[in-house]
Amino acid sequence: MTQIQKKEGFADNLLQRHRLGNFWSRLFQISTGVGIIALIALLLNITNSAFGYVATENKVDPETLAINGIPLEQLHPIDLTYILEQNVSAGFFRVQNNEYPFEERTREEIYDLVIERVVEPEAVSTWSLFDSLIHKDEIEAKASEKYPNAELSFQSWINGNFLISPQSADPERAGVRTAVLGSLWVVTITLLFAFPTGVGAAIYLEEYAGDLWINRLIQTNINNLAGVPSIIYGILGLAIFVRGLEPITSGAFLGTVDPTTANGRTILSAGLTLGLLILPLIIINAQEAIRAVPGSLRQASFGLGATKWQTIWHHVLPNAIPGILTGTILAISRALGETAPLVVVGASTFITFDPTSPFSKFTTLPIQIYQWTSRPQDEFRNIAAAAIIVLLIILLSLNGIAVFLRNQYSNKI
Amino acid sequence: MTQTQKNYAIEASDLNLYYGETLAVRDINVQIEKQKITAMIGPSGCGKSTMLRAFNRMNDLIPSAHTTGSVFYHGKNIYDEDVDPVEVRRRIGMVFQKPNPFPKSIFDNVAWGAKINGYLGNMAELVEESLRGAALWDEVKDKLDKSGLSLSGGQQQRLCIARTIAVKPDIILMDEPASALDPIATLKIEDLMQELAKDFTIIVVTHNMQQAARVSDFTAFFNLDGGHAGVLEEYGITAEIFTNPKKKSTEDYITGRFG
Amino acid sequence: MQSSQSIDLRKKRRWGETLIQASLFVAGAFSILTTVGIVYELGKESMSFFSQVSLWEFFTGTNWNPQIGQFGIWALLNATLMTTLIAMLVALPIGLSIALYLSEYATHKARQTLKPILEVLAGIPTVVYGYFALTFMTPLLRSIFGEGVVDIYNTASAGIVIGILIIPMVSSMSEDALSAVPRALREAAYGLGATKLETAVKVVLPAAVSGIMAAFIISISRAIGETMIVAVAAGAGSNFTFNPFEAAETMTGHIVRISGGDLSYDSIDYNSIFAIGLTLFFMTLSLNVISQRIVRKYREVYE
Repeated sequence: MTQIQKKEGFADNLLQRHRLGNFWSRLFQISTGVGIIALIALLLNITNSAFGYVATENKVDPETLAINGIPLEQLHPIDLTYILEQNVSAGFFRVQNNEYPFEERTREEIYDLVIERVVEPEAVSTWSLFDSLIHKDEIEAKASEKYPNAELSFQSWINGNFLISPQSADPERAGVRTAVLGSLWVVTITLLFAFPTGVGAAIYLEEYAGDLWINRLIQTNINNLAGVPSIIYGILGLAIFVRGLEPITSGAFLGTVDPTTANGRTILSAGLTLGLLILPLIIINAQEAIRAVPGSLRQASFGLGATKWQTIWHHVLPNAIPGILTGTILAISRALGETAPLVVVGASTFITFDPTSPFSKFTTLPIQIYQWTSRPQDEFRNIAAAAIIVLLIILLSLNGIAVFLRNQYSNKI
Repeated sequence: MTQTQKNYAIEASDLNLYYGETLAVRDINVQIEKQKITAMIGPSGCGKSTMLRAFNRMNDLIPSAHTTGSVFYHGKNIYDEDVDPVEVRRRIGMVFQKPNPFPKSIFDNVAWGAKINGYLGNMAELVEESLRGAALWDEVKDKLDKSGLSLSGGQQQRLCIARTIAVKPDIILMDEPASALDPIATLKIEDLMQELAKDFTIIVVTHNMQQAARVSDFTAFFNLDGGHAGVLEEYGITAEIFTNPKKKSTEDYITGRFG
Repeated sequence: MQSSQSIDLRKKRRWGETLIQASLFVAGAFSILTTVGIVYELGKESMSFFSQVSLWEFFTGTNWNPQIGQFGIWALLNATLMTTLIAMLVALPIGLSIALYLSEYATHKARQTLKPILEVLAGIPTVVYGYFALTFMTPLLRSIFGEGVVDIYNTASAGIVIGILIIPMVSSMSEDALSAVPRALREAAYGLGATKLETAVKVVLPAAVSGIMAAFIISISRAIGETMIVAVAAGAGSNFTFNPFEAAETMTGHIVRISGGDLSYDSIDYNSIFAIGLTLFFMTLSLNVISQRIVRKYREVYE
């Protein structure tokens, strides 16, 4: 068997080169690992804060409120009302009754009020999920030592109440309802504005625009706008929608002005601001979808004597719609997560009522998260984490729908 | 200025076709007979397809394309300012080289053109009539709601022919309609062409000389003029062109010495 | 058959078509309105600001204390640049490595699992990253470097998390650039006996360099414009310092803090938002334009 001759004049460096290659290959793999680890750390961190032990202290022990041995939870509404009357200020009781008479309330409603106003549970200490699972005994010992009157229970900060309660100054009672509704209202306005405008602009640029200078300018312009930081859109929205167009955005021209503070910091302003922000994204994406429709389809349509718009409406658009929809859903999920522009436009820092019209004051889910994160108390961290989970679930579902649509339609043709 | 005479379906007069600055086709003068099949043959790149597309103003879709000269159709130059190309294209239909049915059902494929052009009669009848005219009815009559793309290549091309005749043109332009098909499908298309010629004027561009010889009544031989522009070298009755060509270049092409 | 006109080929007035075309043009022009709006509004209010504060002080001053009338942008700009620098130190090497791995080394299956993960990372809202920076990264830094060294609010933690945020952007744009290099080039290299590393780094990477540079520049622009992470984790109150473990407010953080409070129109605080915003706008716009130029100028011609 002949040996393969070593090449004359070449250094014998194959081994080193392979070693070097393996070293760097490992390095690249590790980098990729870092990215994955970061994601896992983030998700774990949030889950960690969203569940755990809570030591709750009651101002008034519910057991003392039992009447004739019947515990609080099972009392008749009339008895509950009586307890309430005995334990709260006369003024408060009267106001509550005027607003919504006790005879008309359900037992649950009165019970909730009793708990809130008489029993007044307060979370004196919380522990993370990790702690709760690993150091259960130590926590129990510590809790009974430091907070003898407190009750220790395992709680998920994200629960039914959390979802339907409005904002509150108390972390235990606060919920994301106002924020979620606000987000939905704002995003609807954004969609109503940005989708037709964006798709229309894309159709114009792809099907009608010739090589004129103005069309190239529009195209470059759109590409640049996509890279502008979101906070600049917030500043723009502040100047134009909130301030400049105040008569319109505050609803003054319709006479439906919110009597507390008539100004333009409304859902309408927020929606339009976000609309401007995602407009370039929708346009660019729709352009790609339209471009992907094969030219032969257009040719066939023209060959039959169809006009340009007939060709677009009957052939180009139907075939581009799946791509357009996918991109729009992704743009919407981007809008849902935006915080900075809306803070600048003037999301309200504390509102407890549900939005009722485009001219209402508003807050959104990401802003709620921002505010709760900025508070020093630990409990706010917990509910911020819970709110983040709500937001992530919404976004995940949206993205899931987009991916599903993409797969569905790419199999069709 | 030549007026259209009674027997000509369409006529090109001193036609020059440009892409931007480049002259693609030069000094074309040809009269196409009604309800006959005219084949356009010639080597690659001599502008046959460009010439074909000039007949129904499909070249308009290319921004840099422009023409001088005239194309007379029903007594009018279709390149006049006040002529609507959309109307022209309904009357002069086109079948493309690669079958391009719409991603719709077979029924809708045939009906669509007629519908947008405002057809007033019974659509189902029109669809059946057109599919029969394209020799496709028997193969698809039980699956009209299936997608047009579910058919074989040859069937798809016949579907495209069906939708073209559904808008009732008087001329059908065919740009190498069988070049993407297998030999059996090709034969079917050729037979179909001869059937169609009973009702329509057919102008077909083809690379396949045997096809031209078999199928057409008249043949136009295009060639490059030594530069990059195509010219009409010779035009006449197919039998004569193929057995007794007047020009040497024609004879060379037909016998396969070039092209 | 008559020779005179029996059919009408004349152009029809298609009003519908014209109307549609006009409306679509308006939609397209909307984007110009947006840019005009941005430049106009930013410019107008900034003029108002600069009538009260000199350009010189704005661009050279290192103290930003509105209460005592100091408006030197460098205090804020410095913090922005620090967070951006730290972010780039994290995102560029890791992002590029991931891109190289995905495009040159990874199996099809690996790519299929990794790419969605990166997409998820990219889709997480920035406020969530801010939460992460405050509740995880800062305590982590504090336990590594000591609580005396690292403040509760600091630019390092914000910078690192911004870096993590940007990794998917760098990696996906770089990977696109690498994938665009034709197979033929790689095969030529292998045919000459090159190892995978040599092919990737000496043949593919140089061929894709314009796309990769563009990716880098765009990510810098993104980091500069990032707001929520710094608003939550970097601190309030301007502080001109080179110590990343101290709290310092960035340009974007400042805008958010000021507008979140009570803001009366035409106050100097209100106008300062626009001056800062204008600076920010020009910085990011210039970076974006430069990156487009680079792609155009240095695009490799492969054949």
